[in-house]
Amino acid sequence: MSDELVIDVTGLTKSFGARKVVDNFDLKVPRGAIYGFLGPNGSGKTTTIRMVCGLLKPEAGQGRVLGFDVLHESLRIKERVGYMTQKFSLYEDLSIRENLEFIARLYGLDRRKARVDHALEDLGLAERQTQLAGKLSGGWKQRLALAACMIHEPEVLLLDEPTAGVDPKARRDFWDAIRRYAAQGVTTLVSTHYMDEAVQCDSIAYIAYGKKLLDSHTADIPKQIGLSAWRIEGRPLIDVQHALEADPRVELVARFGAAIHACAREPVPLEAAVRSRASGASACGDQQNRGRLR
Amino acid sequence: MKLPALFSLPALDLSWARIAAVFLKELVQMRRDKLTFGIMVAMPIVQLILFGYAINTDPRHMPAVIEMREDGPLTRAFLASLHASSYVDIVAIVTTADEADRMLRSGEANFIISIPEGFERRLVRGETPQILLAADASDPIAAGGAIAAIERVAQQAFAPSFQGPLSGLARAPPPYEIVVHRRFNPAGESAFNIVPALLGIILTMTMVMITSISLTRESERGTMENLLATPVRPIEVMIGKTTPYIAIGAIQVGIVLVMATFLFRIPFTGSPLAFTLGTALFIFANLMLGYLISTIARTQMQAMQTTFFVFLPSILMSGFMFPFKAMPHWAQWIGEALPITHFLRIVREVVLKEAGLADIVNDLGPLALITLVLAGFALLRFRSTLD
Ligand SMILES: Nc1ncnc2c1ncn2[C@@H]1O[C@H](COP(=O)(O)OP(=O)(O)O)[C@@H](O)[C@H]1O
Ligand SMILES: [Mg+2]
Repeated sequence: MSDELVIDVTGLTKSFGARKVVDNFDLKVPRGAIYGFLGPNGSGKTTTIRMVCGLLKPEAGQGRVLGFDVLHESLRIKERVGYMTQKFSLYEDLSIRENLEFIARLYGLDRRKARVDHALEDLGLAERQTQLAGKLSGGWKQRLALAACMIHEPEVLLLDEPTAGVDPKARRDFWDAIRRYAAQGVTTLVSTHYMDEAVQCDSIAYIAYGKKLLDSHTADIPKQIGLSAWRIEGRPLIDVQHALEADPRVELVARFGAAIHACAREPVPLEAAVRSRASGASACGDQQNRGRLR
Repeated sequence: MKLPALFSLPALDLSWARIAAVFLKELVQMRRDKLTFGIMVAMPIVQLILFGYAINTDPRHMPAVIEMREDGPLTRAFLASLHASSYVDIVAIVTTADEADRMLRSGEANFIISIPEGFERRLVRGETPQILLAADASDPIAAGGAIAAIERVAQQAFAPSFQGPLSGLARAPPPYEIVVHRRFNPAGESAFNIVPALLGIILTMTMVMITSISLTRESERGTMENLLATPVRPIEVMIGKTTPYIAIGAIQVGIVLVMATFLFRIPFTGSPLAFTLGTALFIFANLMLGYLISTIARTQMQAMQTTFFVFLPSILMSGFMFPFKAMPHWAQWIGEALPITHFLRIVREVVLKEAGLADIVNDLGPLALITLVLAGFALLRFRSTLD
């Protein structure tokens, strides 16, 4: 990672009808970073990404991607950016290979056959290359889409909820691939609403209702929000959960699989509450509050 | 609300409420889809106005060239009556057969009225002189109407002159004879007209329809977003998407040519080069028209409807079904803007009237212009963003 900003946009604003979908949005992504773009559905992630790569015209704001103006040089940007759409947008009536060759031709790539072969190998699609894209499962479609947006060796990857609806193994493989690219100097902006994916990013921007609420290095976020959290495991958890929800010292109780997260701004009363309510379960605190309870 | 037993849907496990729900939903969707709604409302209005006034099976204002070999009081009176008549528009008065022939061939005139030397003298002597009427029968319907009309016009034209000393000539049958020559299609076979013209209709229908969904399909399937995210240029998309259909057009032309020759035995009299050039340009024009529609329509359904909206005037206002020159001027202007109008003239002239390249430049030019204008508008309309 360097200090050079690959994506540097300020004040991006977009309305559909009377509704402001993205409001005065700033984003600075340094070269080689994996930047997580987090937010609930409908918060404006897709719209923002589309403005960054020139697919939507912002009504206000400006910015540069790889030094090119997002308002006037979108062709230059498109040549150097790989964009993976939220919804699968390759041709379902073309085979995997035909799709990749189509994209490779659009970018005017040399050694087309070699590149397509390489992309197919790289993503483990070589055996399925003659299969129609429409017949692929979600995980394979997503691999194909990633291969397609990487084929011209872009410097920047814009990935819009790339792992939505994909099984856990495919998600892990996908993130391995993203980290490989980042190591090669590719800058990635990836939107997601999976928390466990967001924490894999170097930085996170959180957007809700079109407004950015948070933007910082992943490691700094808990400190920045000033939230302490305890993770409680064991069985049965349902009674513990109800007890914690009823406790005024705990501000938020959330279920994550086989665990409960209990959060509050004040760490000391929170710890007391967890210790008194969660006896019998195992719990551990967050980074700032590493005490263990047994 | 209580409904008679006949309407008791619960017995059939149906519900009025659900039907109403669907009905209202459709109404709402229909209202949201402004283009479709607009076309549905505009269609009957526009088409009635256009075709109700434009189409006239009693052809009037047919352009005629007069070949005058005689200049006397009777012929001048005849000419004056022709001028006053709404059936014919005299576009020129010439003195040589060559000149009249050229105008008929080029389509400037639909028929020649030829008054031979000594007409008046022989008329007065009761020798039943001939008036020659050469009609362009490559469109037999138009020719038939014109021939019938001219006989009526001649009667009216001479009536005022057949008075006093000449009142003896006011008799039936008239003291002259109208000799009709059907040119370019002596038997007046309508297949000779219809088959080449059908080529135009078929090409319009298929070329416009196929290309009109080319962009809307991408938008509907979501592939447009990916396409626009690549550095592809609008004109590249346009050319890349339309050229494949040139081949389909060529196949259709081949089929029609083979059928016209072997099934309908239509003689191909003109220049193959002129035919190829005219047809190629016509295919381009249709592809551009279809592509323009696909930049305007938002769904494939809308694209189809818009195609149909263009298709009807192509049939009715191009001279395909009804004589072009018999339409009012404003309708002729609309017709001139349709690619098929020019194509119909080109095929008729080339296939039936022995025309070469020089004879069809009058229609090649407008066709090229239409193609360029359509392509220009399509490129302007192309949305390079998803806005
Ligand atoms: N083309 C559009 N026209 C109208 N509204 C849109 C359009 N695209 C997105 N929206 C609306 O904008 C809001 C933000 O959408 P989006 O950017 O897709 O959010 P996200 O990707 O975070 O789920 C949503 O409420 C959506 O309905
Ligand atoms: Mg989205």
